[in-house]
Amino acid sequence: MRIQAIVIRIIRQFFRDKRTLGLMVFAPMFVLLLLNLVFNGEEYKATIGVDETVPSVMVEKLEKQNITVQTLTAKEANRQLEKQQLDAFIEMDGQTLNVKLEGSDPTVNKAVMASIQKAFQPLAPQAQSIQLKTTYLHGFEDMELFDYFGPVLIGFFIFFFVFLIAGVSFLRERTSGTLERLLATPLKRWEMVVGYIIGFGIFATLQASLISWFAIDILDMVMEGSFFYVLLITFLLAMTALTLGTLLSAFANNELQMLQFIPLVVVPQIFFSGLFNLDTMSEWLRSLSVVMPLKYGADALREIMIRGNGWNAIAKDVYVLLSFSFLFAILNVVALRKYRKL
Amino acid sequence: MSKEVCIRVENVSKSFGKKQVIQDVTFEIYKGEIFGMLGPSGAGKTTIVKMMAGIDEASKGTIFVFDTKMPHLQMMKRIGFMAQSDALYNDLTALENLQFFAMIYGLKGSKQKKRIEEVAELVNLTNDLKKPVHAYSGGMKRRLSLAVALLHNPDLLILDEPTVGIDPVLRQAIWEELRRIQEKGTTIVVTTHVMDEAEKCQRLAMIRDGRLIAVGSPEDLKKETHSQTLEEAFLYFGGARA
Repeated sequence: MRIQAIVIRIIRQFFRDKRTLGLMVFAPMFVLLLLNLVFNGEEYKATIGVDETVPSVMVEKLEKQNITVQTLTAKEANRQLEKQQLDAFIEMDGQTLNVKLEGSDPTVNKAVMASIQKAFQPLAPQAQSIQLKTTYLHGFEDMELFDYFGPVLIGFFIFFFVFLIAGVSFLRERTSGTLERLLATPLKRWEMVVGYIIGFGIFATLQASLISWFAIDILDMVMEGSFFYVLLITFLLAMTALTLGTLLSAFANNELQMLQFIPLVVVPQIFFSGLFNLDTMSEWLRSLSVVMPLKYGADALREIMIRGNGWNAIAKDVYVLLSFSFLFAILNVVALRKYRKL
Repeated sequence: MSKEVCIRVENVSKSFGKKQVIQDVTFEIYKGEIFGMLGPSGAGKTTIVKMMAGIDEASKGTIFVFDTKMPHLQMMKRIGFMAQSDALYNDLTALENLQFFAMIYGLKGSKQKKRIEEVAELVNLTNDLKKPVHAYSGGMKRRLSLAVALLHNPDLLILDEPTVGIDPVLRQAIWEELRRIQEKGTTIVVTTHVMDEAEKCQRLAMIRDGRLIAVGSPEDLKKETHSQTLEEAFLYFGGARA
């Protein structure tokens, strides 16, 4: 009953403050869209070099795909690859089709390889016996940046906005005196925390669903696994952010001080979430990632979306995120002791 | 006149960190009276009523409300508290605010509706219930806060500066209302720094610098100090200490 009262109140406040509701849902979508545009952009017009060993059917096919094809020798090609005048060079060595990529830009790599694969098809009868061998001048084989970062970004934006909004609204409850007023009622501290979790949980679920749908269906992010698992992880991330945000608001006296937690609490998590390669970090620094909720969320989202894995791959992350939320919720109840001992 | 004790404040001291704000205060408030706490801002009135309401705890000494040591969760159902600052949700309408607090106190359905209508009538806000609170004037907010405190028909009503910023006509109306509530047997504790308001209370506690300087009915306090006004009496008690 009392929990229900808080839940209903939060829902009403949310619909009264449509801008915040909009920020929670559309800001992440907007940023994802921008990143999508920046990283994926227009289709790249590639230049590919071939030597005379490459069958003319293939050259024609390449040209049909709006690719500039130049015939040149291997030596000349290497020189041009170095100068980035050429994106790739193809030569036929017996039964092997050697593709050498310039390779520094993953987006280009992907575009070039897709075109070559297509051009490869007319050779179908012999295709089984022909091998495609790819080498890189720079870089390494990888998928699109956005595909790789995407799951992390979804997790991050959900975490960030829920953290901020939950933290600020709980803070407002403190600064406006309503928290104190509520504690002059028979409301128990845990009821207050649970009310907040459910009330915000409803919007967090809505937000997580919309953002995941937007990223996967509209931005066409790689999605190999189950949508339900994506929702589960994003929801748990939102819960962790909610409980952490309300907890930290106990240590802020105004909105500005709440914002100060962003560089302290949110930004470090980005570094450990998988946007940057953890393997290159020193050991002690890497061990810090153990306490970063976002890392578990991002790991799980990658498992689901990129690798198409199921429950077994994410179970650990789910339990860890649940434990984080639970721990923060308990600490919230404890932090409210500052206002009333009962 | 039988004097049943409603609130007993026993040797209460309160410190925030090293600063002691209440120093060894002892007094009693009787059932069914309007009890005033008079003193300048910063004297410690709010701290004392917060401890009575169970929001704060005494560092030393005890406060009993209805013979129960505070703070006590069950007791809070019998206490109505109106804080000094309007603790309302500005983005919600007055009605939604009332519904929220009514639910917190376990009022629902037709009972809730009826009670909300009653308290809204009482503070003269019936026609403004649908307005969001941020569109309310300061006086309207005070009245809404009072309505919230009255929602659950408390046996003890604690009001921290209830009439600040309210125009004289309305202040008059609120005091009449308080007397009507009192007639139903409710004990009312009011803090104020306005002398003529203190005059309207049956009994008074004068507070200065965290100390209790005098307790009694306004008439007695004046008589005792041979003063014409409460202001003079306050000066006398305050000065005698210093």
